[in-house]
Amino acid sequence: MALETYLRNRLKKKDVLLMTHLVLGYPSLEDSFNIIEAMVEGGVDLMELQIPFTEPIADGPVIVRANQRALEGGATVGSCLHLAEHVVRTFDIPFLIMTYYNILFRYGVHDFASAMAERGLRGAIVPDLPPEEGKEYLEAMQKHDLAPILIFSPATSNDRMKYLDSFGKGFIYCVSRKGVTGADTNFSAELTSYLARCRSASRLPLAVGFGLKNKAHMEFLKGNADIAVIGSQIIRIMEQEGMAGIRNFIKRLR
Amino acid sequence: MNSRGYHGEFGGAFIPEILTATFDQLVDAFEKAKNDPCFWEEYVDVMSTYSCRPTPLTFAGNLTNHFKGARIYIKREDLNHTGAHKANNVMGQGLLVKRMGKHRVIAETGAGQHGVATATMAARFGFRCSIYMGEVDVDRQRPNVFWMERLGAEVIPVKEGTRILKDAINEAFRDWVTNMDDTHYVLGTACGPHPFPEIVSYFQSIIGKEARDQIMECEGKLPSRIYACVGGGSNALGIFSGFLDDGVELVGVEAGGEGVDTGRHASRLASNAGSVGVAQGYKSYFLQDRDGQMEETHSVAAGLDYVGVSPILASHRERGRIRFEAATDSEVLDALSLTIKKEGLIPALESAHAFAQAFKETPELSRDHIILINQSGRGDKDIFTIAEAFSDPGWQKFIRKKGNEYGT
Ligand SMILES: Cc1ncc(COP(=O)(O)O)c(C=O)c1O
Repeated sequence: MALETYLRNRLKKKDVLLMTHLVLGYPSLEDSFNIIEAMVEGGVDLMELQIPFTEPIADGPVIVRANQRALEGGATVGSCLHLAEHVVRTFDIPFLIMTYYNILFRYGVHDFASAMAERGLRGAIVPDLPPEEGKEYLEAMQKHDLAPILIFSPATSNDRMKYLDSFGKGFIYCVSRKGVTGADTNFSAELTSYLARCRSASRLPLAVGFGLKNKAHMEFLKGNADIAVIGSQIIRIMEQEGMAGIRNFIKRLR
Repeated sequence: MNSRGYHGEFGGAFIPEILTATFDQLVDAFEKAKNDPCFWEEYVDVMSTYSCRPTPLTFAGNLTNHFKGARIYIKREDLNHTGAHKANNVMGQGLLVKRMGKHRVIAETGAGQHGVATATMAARFGFRCSIYMGEVDVDRQRPNVFWMERLGAEVIPVKEGTRILKDAINEAFRDWVTNMDDTHYVLGTACGPHPFPEIVSYFQSIIGKEARDQIMECEGKLPSRIYACVGGGSNALGIFSGFLDDGVELVGVEAGGEGVDTGRHASRLASNAGSVGVAQGYKSYFLQDRDGQMEETHSVAAGLDYVGVSPILASHRERGRIRFEAATDSEVLDALSLTIKKEGLIPALESAHAFAQAFKETPELSRDHIILINQSGRGDKDIFTIAEAFSDPGWQKFIRKKGNEYGT
């Protein structure tokens, strides 16, 4: 089933879906598996698995540190893809890869797409690859029936949103505000009107990420967007409360 | 953004969506400035009244006699205000910031030269200023941190990653994606996403323009070879740009660190260690592992201790227009000592890489030949590093005494 169809079906039952994020290999590959298991059991609808990179330019301090620790712990692209394969086989929700372009470029863009497809991954988010630079990537994703997730930001003009949308599949990732991941977001009328702009520019479901932390934030998205993305907060909870904390956190969100 | 700034296969603008509009604005401001005949004049005027342009070309008679080879000339970028070529780029970008109506500037810095230059520009033009600097560099370039703070800039030590120049660039980008409405990122070298490589080499081209006129005036002919050190590539592109269409041999000198086969170096183009990748917003050669993770670099010169290199230089290497070499830390210290003793000049550790390579090669050439070395900066900032490298006893005694006075 296409990713978008899966999401649309789920949206018949829930007002807002939940996508969580984690950095593969942080604190270890084994722990990553357990975190994913806890999140799936808690009722997450889909998940982005970040392959760590030394220069995560769009990420804030929490995820930057997780990238660094994962690499220090010996995570490689190979071991991350291996874990991803295992996860896809074990759990029955869609998984996406999130990483920076150099990881794909060095692997070979077509080879990487084919590696994702072989492992049953559904798409990718590559925040430093605008479509203008991503011709090869977009072709490879198309060829392997994978969803390239395009990104909107509050600084994106309506015309550009339409342009980006023409390349997107699955859903659009709407960055909630300026800045990097992790910092607080103001859930305001301004955000609502930005999301309305996104809605009229895209035919796809809308995910909203950056600064989402709790149930109230998810409630805010009802009627304004389709998917809530939670990233840094998961890492914070894992660091402070461990695996049980994650399980409770996800349950409280649902 | 229509043109994406490719030089052969290198360059591009691999930027997060949130910065697209900011880059469009920058491209637009730069194009307008370039096409405005008054802009370059205004720039030259600033550089000749606030900095020390044109910087002189010095004939190094004693070094020439010492090596008994080609006649050695030195382009004196060390005589710029704040002591390096960095002032050229910074004052130029400052004029662009005024045109864009922004009021805050941020910058990364390695050696601290670019940070100090940016802080002076901000003070002069009335901008607020934050400088990102890796923690390792904060420790080895204390005098420049002191001056940045005196100049009113906020110096933010970067504790992420390898804690040097590349990590400072990442942090500057993270600031920029938050504050781009009122903030311009003054990138310090000819790297980063388009249009930065073009902007920086455009302003630095003033070095090459002057050097060409000066050598023609005093020798009536062009040099056989030109040497410049290569960190990100801005001083090298600056001087080379005046001679690209001539038969002059252009030599870029990278940091050989402890030797290119030790793995502790920053030689991306001269050694086989570099490979093509995409990081920090551009496609070029990087020191990276098979997965594409950036590797640690090393150089005695903080300003050359960088993992990537200008996409413009990468394309010149590909086309064979520029030759790249590496000089090791110890060769550099020797070249520095010799230059100090023979000519009374004190090159920055970065610049001393160009001297070291030139000294290796000049004996091959007869006196009919001219070589030109770009002295990108002065070495005063390096007093701690150089004193330590030479284990200078008087200096150690002085530091100990100062330490005691401060009650440690
Ligand atoms: C004196 C001096 N020379 C050279 C460099 C290297 O930079 P680039 O290669 O951009 O000229 C630096 C950088 O900090 C510097 O301070």
